[in-house]
Amino acid sequence: MHLRWRKTVNAVMLGFTGVCTVLTVSILFLILGYLLYYGASSLDWNFFTKLPKPPGELGGGMANAIVGSLEIVGVAALIGIPIGFVAGIYLAEYDDKTFAAWVRYVADLLNGVPSIVVGILAWTLVVVPMRHFSALSGSVALAFMLIPIVTRQTEQFLREVPMSLREGALALGASKWKMIATVAVPAGSKGILTGMILGVARISGESAPLLFTALNNQFWGGGLSQPTASLPVIIYTHAVAPYDDWHRQAWAAGLVLIALVLTANIAARMVLARGVSVPRG
Amino acid sequence: MATLAATPARAAKTASQTGDLIARLLALGFAALVLLIAVILVFALWNGSAPSRHSLGWSFLFSKNWDPVTEKFGALPFIYGTAMTSLLALLISVPLGVGAAVFLSELAPPRLSNALTFLIELLAAIPSVIYGLLAIFTLVPLMRRYIEPFLKGTLGFLPFFQGPALGVGVLTASMILAIMTFPFIISVSREALLAVPRDQREAALSLGATKWESTWDVVIPYARLGIFGSIFLGLARALGETMAVTMVIGNDPSIHASLLQPGYSIAAIIANEFTEATGAVYLGALVELGLVLFCLTIVINAVARLLIIATTRKGSGRP
Repeated sequence: MHLRWRKTVNAVMLGFTGVCTVLTVSILFLILGYLLYYGASSLDWNFFTKLPKPPGELGGGMANAIVGSLEIVGVAALIGIPIGFVAGIYLAEYDDKTFAAWVRYVADLLNGVPSIVVGILAWTLVVVPMRHFSALSGSVALAFMLIPIVTRQTEQFLREVPMSLREGALALGASKWKMIATVAVPAGSKGILTGMILGVARISGESAPLLFTALNNQFWGGGLSQPTASLPVIIYTHAVAPYDDWHRQAWAAGLVLIALVLTANIAARMVLARGVSVPRG
Repeated sequence: MATLAATPARAAKTASQTGDLIARLLALGFAALVLLIAVILVFALWNGSAPSRHSLGWSFLFSKNWDPVTEKFGALPFIYGTAMTSLLALLISVPLGVGAAVFLSELAPPRLSNALTFLIELLAAIPSVIYGLLAIFTLVPLMRRYIEPFLKGTLGFLPFFQGPALGVGVLTASMILAIMTFPFIISVSREALLAVPRDQREAALSLGATKWESTWDVVIPYARLGIFGSIFLGLARALGETMAVTMVIGNDPSIHASLLQPGYSIAAIIANEFTEATGAVYLGALVELGLVLFCLTIVINAVARLLIIATTRKGSGRP
């Protein structure tokens, strides 16, 4: 009797853990399914080539938001990747215990700062002095999010490079920076690149820090100094607006955004999987 | 002969030393930039919130009024909304997440476990605005038509489940937050469970424990710090989550006992009102809310990291 009870508990609880797993994994497929179902029917050529129409008029597209997203994320990557990369090299190669430990800890904390708070920072640094919203301020906000991610990823993958490679290069007479540039970084390049791709994918889906930096725009943006539309922000504004046609467009934009983000994620993991002995980021 | 050979070698040596010094200083400068960003962030929040801190003082944190017209600002409804949605979210996601982590580390064969973990980690990569989009068009109608009337019918005598079924509200926001936090809970808890040494399991099984008893009484207690760490990590994420919450919480700056009623969160009010804020105190109050959110997440993240570091360095449980 007692044994049977214990066996029942065993079966029920282990079954429960299985149900938990099925539930959680099925949410991913639910999300993808809904986006495909609603998004694919709204996705047409106009979506990629036309500007948004005012509410009430049917049709139109989100060409300006797609270009705007590329612009904002591109500039953010140009600012954030070099800084994060070199800072990561410092942490891995010039580890001087106290200072590096501080940088490492602060980078981790910055990683956990809510994106909307990072938006306030970019607003203070760029929007207030310029006196108007701009794509540049959005890029700065996203760069602030990207720097700690790239720093920690670069460091992590450089640490995977065996010490013997470094010692070999140094023993042959290479100076330290030459060793880093020609041995350590190339050896860890696969992982570092993966980290960068994942970081850029992460920031390209962010909308909160763009709400009051890059703002939004119904038309083509006028370069970096003007308010600019982006895909995540336009999904938000279209989804909360009361127009059916805007909802349709929001689904299409959601499908495009998630396709981009998931492709980057899957590609990055596949690059890594073929690598040598690096852990999954 | 010896001196002739030594000169170019020494010249090359000093050149490479200068190069080394420059490279080192450059890298140091970029690493220092990371610290600088954090310092500027704290300074910007502190400085930006000065007007509201000076005119409202500590009462800002405990006042329930939010009325921009008469310049009365109180953070309490937002702190309540943020804390309530996050804690409710954990109430849903912790059992689900830890359950799934147990399945992935103890029962599933390694290949299946890795594949499923990969899928679950993809969930963490989905942008929050997409969660919000799905929540508005699928979860909200579902809550309004089925779940909320059901809760009112069965548990309606409790103050938590009263009022009209609107679809949007604290409970809906908590559910979407639960979905957004469990990828973190699962992947970090699984790492912690896998780090439990194999002989712990074998010892329990050899004493006659069932698989579940060995998991519940031995493996989970052993990995508890890592599991707590994963929960704090999920909590930090839930507290700072903006878009999905903004889209479904209902945006009403007041405190209701009922979970079915709309509320507001710190991140949501910043997102909604920052561009419209006129006047130094109004803007300062929003920045001060940002400061409150920043402090909350920093503390919780710091705790999470300490807990995770404490467990995941113990050797692997499975070959």
